[in-house]
Amino acid sequence: MPEYRDVIIAGFGGQGVMLIGNLLAQAGMERGLNVTFIPVYGAEMRGGTANCTVVLDSLPIASPLVRDPLSTIVLNEPSLTKFQPRLRRDGVQIVNASLVARELVDTAIRTVYIPVNDVAHKIGNVKLSNMVALGAWLRATAALPLKTVQDALGRVVSAHYAKLLPVNAAALEAGYNFA
Amino acid sequence: MTAGQSDRILVKGNEAIAYGAVDAGLKCYFGYPITPQNEIPEMLSVLLPEAGGVFVQAESEVGAVNMLLGAGACGVPAMTSSSSCGISLMQEGISFLAGSHVPGVIVNMARGGPGLGDLGPSQGDYFQAVKGGGHGDHRNLVLAPATAQECYDFMFKAFALAFAYRNPVMVLGDAVVAQIKEPVQRVPPAGAVKAEHLQFLVRDQRIEGYGARGKTAAPRLLKSVYLAEGELAERNRLLQRKYADMRKEVLFECEDVDDAELIVVAFGSIGRTARGAVRRLRGENRKVGLFRPVTLYPFPDEALQKLAPGRRFLVMEQNIGQMMEDVRLAVNGVSPVHWHGVMPGLFVSANELVEPILRVLGGQSGSN
Repeated sequence: MPEYRDVIIAGFGGQGVMLIGNLLAQAGMERGLNVTFIPVYGAEMRGGTANCTVVLDSLPIASPLVRDPLSTIVLNEPSLTKFQPRLRRDGVQIVNASLVARELVDTAIRTVYIPVNDVAHKIGNVKLSNMVALGAWLRATAALPLKTVQDALGRVVSAHYAKLLPVNAAALEAGYNFA
Repeated sequence: MTAGQSDRILVKGNEAIAYGAVDAGLKCYFGYPITPQNEIPEMLSVLLPEAGGVFVQAESEVGAVNMLLGAGACGVPAMTSSSSCGISLMQEGISFLAGSHVPGVIVNMARGGPGLGDLGPSQGDYFQAVKGGGHGDHRNLVLAPATAQECYDFMFKAFALAFAYRNPVMVLGDAVVAQIKEPVQRVPPAGAVKAEHLQFLVRDQRIEGYGARGKTAAPRLLKSVYLAEGELAERNRLLQRKYADMRKEVLFECEDVDDAELIVVAFGSIGRTARGAVRRLRGENRKVGLFRPVTLYPFPDEALQKLAPGRRFLVMEQNIGQMMEDVRLAVNGVSPVHWHGVMPGLFVSANELVEPILRVLGGQSGSN
């Protein structure tokens, strides 16, 4: 398993961009890796644009910010416009097919084009689309075992929502198994 | 602790500041909200009362810093925190802390400036922090954390220094240091002064609250006004001696400097980002090193002087040229000091710092 990973996760405020960024960082830490998570918000929250950068490394992390990422998770069109040109040509992007038109996707880049909203809707709640996307990213990058991330959910989702842990784990799995 | 969990906690730099402060012995917090440091008061509003301390949301930054002065004068480990424009409002009080020899910790998670600026990272408050910031001849001890772990660890140092020197100590970060989430070990660093021992560092019965009482006792008066002829001169000589004494507290970090032709000098968040660029260039056998000042005051000028002969320097900072002046003063013409500025408010990655280093290595001067 390569030592260094980075990902920029981007979407509208409210799509759960920060939650899956936190979850990935938490899981990486629990796996014994060094991790950094840094959020970038627009001036507004819900409905505005939001993105975060997560770095996982077996070595101490110097720069928490990444200009040209190795991977992206893109949950809406404005995020594709912004980050697709910056993605490394040998990188991989997870693109939300439910909200991003296929013709916008650069075919030269390895892309997992997955309708995360629809997959989440089938599981029972469209709010789980972020977890579906993270599941697909885990499959595409093999950065961490799915189970490590599922296990970390309990430390990221507040106790008040503990009853939703199984359905979040299921959404991660659905994204992971999407092919 | 169950399997899969970690002895490390994933927290923001701001949250690490709050944990570090409480674990170091903080008893009183006074502050007024401002981004990007709001997680500090948010956390302390819960942690501090649980630890037997007092949390006050002040009516303004001016109120907060004067409450800090009052608590410090009573020998209580106290702090405030704010960001840039809020810190500017506090400068009168910080000068009073310095003039009265009163301990206090001030955290500045700086934002872009001048004026109201923006919420992005900036090192534009360097001069304000290290040259005093308020009126009169005063100096703050200034610590510049680069990681969330340092945010935690440096709070112990901040309180110990504040009490040992009866002086304001500033912890200077920015939006990146404040908002980054990283694993932190919530364990007091080696050699940390125990909270209950802080007051013994003070060596001043007025702040410690004991000593002779009655008519023969020295007045228990802490003040910064000295109107009688020669009194203020004596006071400033005392401060001058104290600031000279502080020089032994200097801290810095070096990486790959021994055989370096070019040494990048950078602090705080740019310090860690520059480290990424330096490591990449080392991987290509470029003779580059990194020098990271950890205390910005006292500035590690002697260490830079020692490194200067036969080497060049490149100062990288997120402002339009501030620490560059201190590096040039330290090197004093012995070797060239180049400069590369990142404009305040921008989020910069290691990749973007590689090219400016290569330019200077290739014989060109620095740039912005």
